[in-house]
Amino acid sequence: MKSLFRYLLKNHVLALFLLLETFSLALVFNYNSFQKSQYLNSANQVTGTVYNTYHQITRYFGLIKVNKELARENAQLHTLLQKYSNRLAKPDILKDTASGSDALIRFIPAKVINNSVNSPFNYITLNKGSNDGIKPDQGIISPLGVVGVVAQVSPSYSMGLSVLNQRWSVSAKLSKTGFFGSLIWQGNDYRFAQLAEIPLHVTVEIGDTVVTSGYSTIFPEKILIGTVHDFTRPDGENFYDIEVKLAVDFKSLTHVEVIENLNKEEIDRLKEMLRDDK
Amino acid sequence: MTNKLIKYTVMFLVAVLVQVLFLNQVQFSGYINPYFYIVFVLLLPLSTPRYLLLLLGFLIGLTIDIFSDSLGIHAAATVLIAYIRPFVIRVISTREEDRNDFPGLLQNKFGWFFSYVTILVLAHHFVLFYLEYFTFSHFFYTLLKVIFSSVFTIFIIVLSQFLIFRK
Repeated sequence: MKSLFRYLLKNHVLALFLLLETFSLALVFNYNSFQKSQYLNSANQVTGTVYNTYHQITRYFGLIKVNKELARENAQLHTLLQKYSNRLAKPDILKDTASGSDALIRFIPAKVINNSVNSPFNYITLNKGSNDGIKPDQGIISPLGVVGVVAQVSPSYSMGLSVLNQRWSVSAKLSKTGFFGSLIWQGNDYRFAQLAEIPLHVTVEIGDTVVTSGYSTIFPEKILIGTVHDFTRPDGENFYDIEVKLAVDFKSLTHVEVIENLNKEEIDRLKEMLRDDK
Repeated sequence: MTNKLIKYTVMFLVAVLVQVLFLNQVQFSGYINPYFYIVFVLLLPLSTPRYLLLLLGFLIGLTIDIFSDSLGIHAAATVLIAYIRPFVIRVISTREEDRNDFPGLLQNKFGWFFSYVTILVLAHHFVLFYLEYFTFSHFFYTLLKVIFSSVFTIFIIVLSQFLIFRK
């Protein structure tokens, strides 16, 4: 024992190096369990505050673009409103259902204070947290389309996986035909992702829109993801290789909305029951 | 002593902030991803005890990891260069020369500083990017990333020697 200590003391640098390196690698390979720990991600108080302060200063530079985006969304919403008020003929009903307690989905506006596109696993940090009702596994969308999903929440900040993260995939469908598959990012170009599991008998055309399927509780149905940019039929396989051009420009994300599905618990409980039955 | 402590604390903060608030936000092309913050490890005095060098390297790596949600990757790469730093210095220095305690550019010849920075930046980026992708299927893509990013990091570090960290 004594000689072991003497040996360690003599080689304390090497021992410390091995210790720290092992610890770092353990963090890398256990990313799932460690990212669940409260403090070692960008949603914690310190990093959140740093990013938020920085964002307060720099946000002025992007105002023109943000304005344009918001105006566009406004216009879209106006069109929708027009469409539905025509159909209902009574705007009162619309008002009732929109503000009523049986609304299934709630949107929480938030701002992106940190974001990356360069790594194979990209994350975003938002300036809202559990105080504003954000919980893990809620979807994040921007006026242009799907952005990601919340993973970690602190009282006033939250951290999420963006679509540009290979550890996550979105359930997506072709809006024209309704066939669904999963959308996975390939890790190189931030503008494109791959739509898998679309069988060969489906007709696919370049320019078809890809939207969320609504089969998970994260996103409601028919939220835009992107458009088909290119597709091939790989030899000897039953599925297409579809390249999707993402609708959201991940390099210039600012305003996003977090989706709260008010029926999520109920749906998840049903799913849990089904799983138990199996 | 206190003077030194303040100086290196400020340097730590500046390196981290420049990295996470500026370089991580300016997303150049897909290949270039400079990691300037390791300048902190490079510029610690040669007389720094080796255990302290390792601990400080680990600390700054972990800080960057927390900011960029890449847990452990930066810490592993930075601890490695903190460990090999004394060996690199021994290899590139000629014996007769009286080494200055500070490995900065102003205290040393350009050639010495340049090879010192190049070796450590390459080692750091190599570990970092391969650990990040953790697959050899993108071997050449990753290698290109290592090379392009290293060139850029080295450039920024050398440039920083003229602008800040003069003393």
